[in-house]
Amino acid sequence: MAFLDYFRSEKKRSASLAKERLQVIVARERGNRGGPDYLPALQQEILQVIRRYIEVDDDAVRIEVDREGDCEVLELNVTLPDSD
Amino acid sequence: MARIVVVTSGKGGVGKTTTSAAFGAGLARAGYRTVVVDFDVGLRNLDLIMGCERRVVYDFVNVINGEANLNQALIRDKRVDGLEILPASQTRDKDALTFEGVQSVLETLASTHDYVICDSPAGIERGAHLAMYFADDALVVTNPEVSSVRDSDRVLGLLSSKTRRAEQGDEPVKEHLVVTRYAAARVGKGEMLSIEDICEILSIDLLGVVPESTAVLNASNAGVPVIMEDKTDAGQAYDDIVSRYLGEARDHRFLTEKKGLFGRLFKG
Ligand SMILES: Nc1ncnc2c1ncn2[C@@H]1O[C@H](COP(=O)(O)OP(=O)(O)O)[C@@H](O)[C@H]1O
Ligand SMILES: [Mg+2]
Repeated sequence: MAFLDYFRSEKKRSASLAKERLQVIVARERGNRGGPDYLPALQQEILQVIRRYIEVDDDAVRIEVDREGDCEVLELNVTLPDSD
Repeated sequence: MARIVVVTSGKGGVGKTTTSAAFGAGLARAGYRTVVVDFDVGLRNLDLIMGCERRVVYDFVNVINGEANLNQALIRDKRVDGLEILPASQTRDKDALTFEGVQSVLETLASTHDYVICDSPAGIERGAHLAMYFADDALVVTNPEVSSVRDSDRVLGLLSSKTRRAEQGDEPVKEHLVVTRYAAARVGKGEMLSIEDICEILSIDLLGVVPESTAVLNASNAGVPVIMEDKTDAGQAYDDIVSRYLGEARDHRFLTEKKGLFGRLFKG
């Protein structure tokens, strides 16, 4: 029944696509959780500054706040594009 | 002292009020003094679902403002002994619920009941925040659908940071997943997220699964908590949920579709 299987696999993709997209967005949102409210804006502005010099992707800048004892550390990760 | 249980979800229309009514009625039926509190200021609906809309005189906000005392506002259910509801106000003032007001009402209710069920409004604003703030347990109501699952994850984040238990460093709010409007046939065809998918993403304990069912609409038409309809799938699913919550081990039902002859011929 190849004909029916074709439709079935199309539909299989619908739920698994939903799951994949959810896993990505939920992981990202969990990463931002608990940080100060200004983090998303800070992230956007840093991205804009970097873009004055280099072309980078939308998700090139990662910001995290880590707590070490009574000290908060702002961790900034910028992924630069591969140079050809 | 009662346990305070918030029924929450982030997203609207997923089944919080249906679940609050059924869960509250189930606990009362099991012999516990239970009150269900409607936190949905401006969109009172719990009264309709529980069939006591014509008996509402005073509401939650009247009590907070000192315009009525708690006993005047509480409505005793006529079918189930030990079940009461505290209706929401229909005011358009979203700030009508104050932190101190909610705290004092919940403390009083907790001293005279075994369970206080808080039916949360949608969203993550003030009303939803107050509904979850004092909770000991949470029923996180989720539909098998991307936006609902994502919102539930947001709510889980709030439960672990923006509640009294979190702020005071007590034992965290106990989170239970309740998946509603589950259509096993569509999951079977790969069109809808499965229970395994949802549990994997949210990684919290599954309390129960309520199937998509016409019994829910029928029960709401009649103003009867669907758990009272013992012969229906949704009613039985909620009965399982209450029993599991109370510590009884029960297998999950309604996870796979009942195949008719036609389905069996095609799926082999
Ligand atoms: N298991 C179910 N099967 C079918 N319809 C449902 C089910 N659960 C809820 N509904 C319907 O979904 C709608 C929203 O339910 P409600 O409990 O009011 O959600 P919420 O309080 O989260 O906004 C209502 O029309 C209700 O009848
Ligand atoms: Mg509701």
